[in-house]
Amino acid sequence: MNLFDYTRPASVEAAIAAWVPGAAWLGGGTNLVDLMKTGAMQPGKLIDVTRLPGLDRIETLPDGSTRIGAMVRNADLAHDAGFARAFPMVAEALLSGASGQLRNAATVGGNLMQRTRCAYFADPHSACNRRTPGAGCDARGGDTGGMAVLGWSPACIATNPSDFCVALAALEATVEVQGTGGKREIAFADFHRLPGDTPEIETALQPGELILALRLPAEAAQFAANSRYLKLRERTSYAFALVSAAAALRLDGGRIVAARLALGAVAAKPWRVASAEALLVGQAPEPALFARAAAEAVAGAAPSGENAHKIELARRIAVRALTAAAQGTPDRMPALPASVFGEPAHV
Amino acid sequence: MSLSISLTVNGAVRDVTLNDARVTLLDLLRERLALPGTKKGCDRGQCGACTVLIDGRRINACLTLAATLDGAEVTTIEGLACGDMLHPVQAAFIDHDGFQCGYCTPGQIMSAVGLIAEGRAGTDPERIREGMSGNLCRCSAYHGITEAVLDATTRIAAEKARKSA
Ligand SMILES: Cc1cc2nc3c(=O)[nH]c(=O)nc-3n(C[C@H](O)[C@H](O)[C@H](O)COP(=O)(O)OP(=O)(O)OC[C@H]3O[C@@H](n4cnc5c(N)ncnc54)[C@H](O)[C@@H]3O)c2cc1C
Ligand code: SF4
Ligand code: FES
Ligand code: FES
Repeated sequence: MNLFDYTRPASVEAAIAAWVPGAAWLGGGTNLVDLMKTGAMQPGKLIDVTRLPGLDRIETLPDGSTRIGAMVRNADLAHDAGFARAFPMVAEALLSGASGQLRNAATVGGNLMQRTRCAYFADPHSACNRRTPGAGCDARGGDTGGMAVLGWSPACIATNPSDFCVALAALEATVEVQGTGGKREIAFADFHRLPGDTPEIETALQPGELILALRLPAEAAQFAANSRYLKLRERTSYAFALVSAAAALRLDGGRIVAARLALGAVAAKPWRVASAEALLVGQAPEPALFARAAAEAVAGAAPSGENAHKIELARRIAVRALTAAAQGTPDRMPALPASVFGEPAHV
Repeated sequence: MSLSISLTVNGAVRDVTLNDARVTLLDLLRERLALPGTKKGCDRGQCGACTVLIDGRRINACLTLAATLDGAEVTTIEGLACGDMLHPVQAAFIDHDGFQCGYCTPGQIMSAVGLIAEGRAGTDPERIREGMSGNLCRCSAYHGITEAVLDATTRIAAEKARKSA
């Protein structure tokens, strides 16, 4: 690990003033400290933001939206009874990620900003355009089984690993940030970026900007009765997604009146396809319809290596998630969150 | 850059001066505070061997920078027993053969203490397995571990009921 300065400012203003080029915000450290150990990240200064006042709350705003402070720990958000009732799919996505220990440490802001799990990215001895612009990409032609099948470019084929972000994309969250230029809001769809020719630019966050909070609009809670997050992985727990899907429906009189569908671990950002959602609206929730919507969601997918299987898996997990959402959100969090194994969706 | 922190470890206040900020809680415990019970497996958050409690919550000590812990209360495996009286989770691990080589065991036990305190897994073995998934066991003592956590959950609940009666 490189040497670095450590500071723990007492206010948001002081934190923003403490930022210098090469500095990094420190949340739970579960991603940053790991990457500092490999040498993939070498910040000269860590600004510990975990104790900033007022950012550890979950609140309902006058317009009915829910505001989640960036320092709320992943476990605390998932287990907040009111939050889990309104946004069960988000809670399930959170609980399907990492482990009990890691979720106790991980912050909301850190989860949004976590880096790809591409092994070549984490290893400073490998060439990686995302880590070192212009260096090349050792993943291509290497171990590509888990890499992107949508939205990738010749420069980078990595995926965004977050489960949480897939559910947030489906529910149209917004991200509140603050920098020296003041506060602004970023729509979730614009938050993470596809690689193009500049994979090193991963999010819409400008250098020195700090995530303050996340907001879920009031309409997002209208999907509470029919929403699921499902995730395929190499073991049932404590593993990143191979592919995942967040599916949310609003049903009225036997018809779908609103639909959301986002895929995870298929691209450098959560993959939401408006045309797939549009297919669902106005229709009765039936297997043939879900198959058509899922096919639309992966339209344009192409393997970036030895990973054509991910396209079929993504299509299938989308069908499973839509089917499970139509059956209804389980009354209680499944014992194995987001798993296709174990108890049936309806318990 | 030298940093001074004060934290409580297993009930005792420890004032520590770090000569640089890179020290993790795991290295602090093992190498500077003479508490080697907490184990280093992967050092990258992937195995759970380093699990300890911070302010009552289980976390991975290998990914926690010591500098962040000024004022925190840390509990390690060394802080569980009362003299010769084992903590109910420790006793249950022995009764149910919850280990073989024992390397993962301090982490398993601290994780189980944290899980039981969280109070959500109850006595459903599937929820216990899921709740303990952050702790790998190379010897694959998983069956005994699950039985031990189940038993300890029941023992702790009974003890609580007796105390409040
Ligand atoms: C073994 C293991 C398994 C995992 N499995 C999963 C999984 O299955 N699914 C999943 O989704 N995740 C998984 N994770 C990742 C985990 O969710 C992230 O590491 C965690 O959410 C990051 O949060 P943090 O607070 O620890 O961030 P940190 O490590 O502190 O920071 C991560 C990044 O975010 C930046 N940052 C932090 N806070 C802010 C802020 N407020 N504003 C702007 N930037 C900020 C940091 O500078 C850094 O670049 C796993 C991690 C490990 C180690
Ligand atoms: S796929 Fe992207 S992150 Fe992985 S090595 Fe290539 S450029 Fe780096
Ligand atoms: S040593 Fe900390 S998780 Fe493996
Ligand atoms: S008892 Fe040997 S690793 Fe678990």
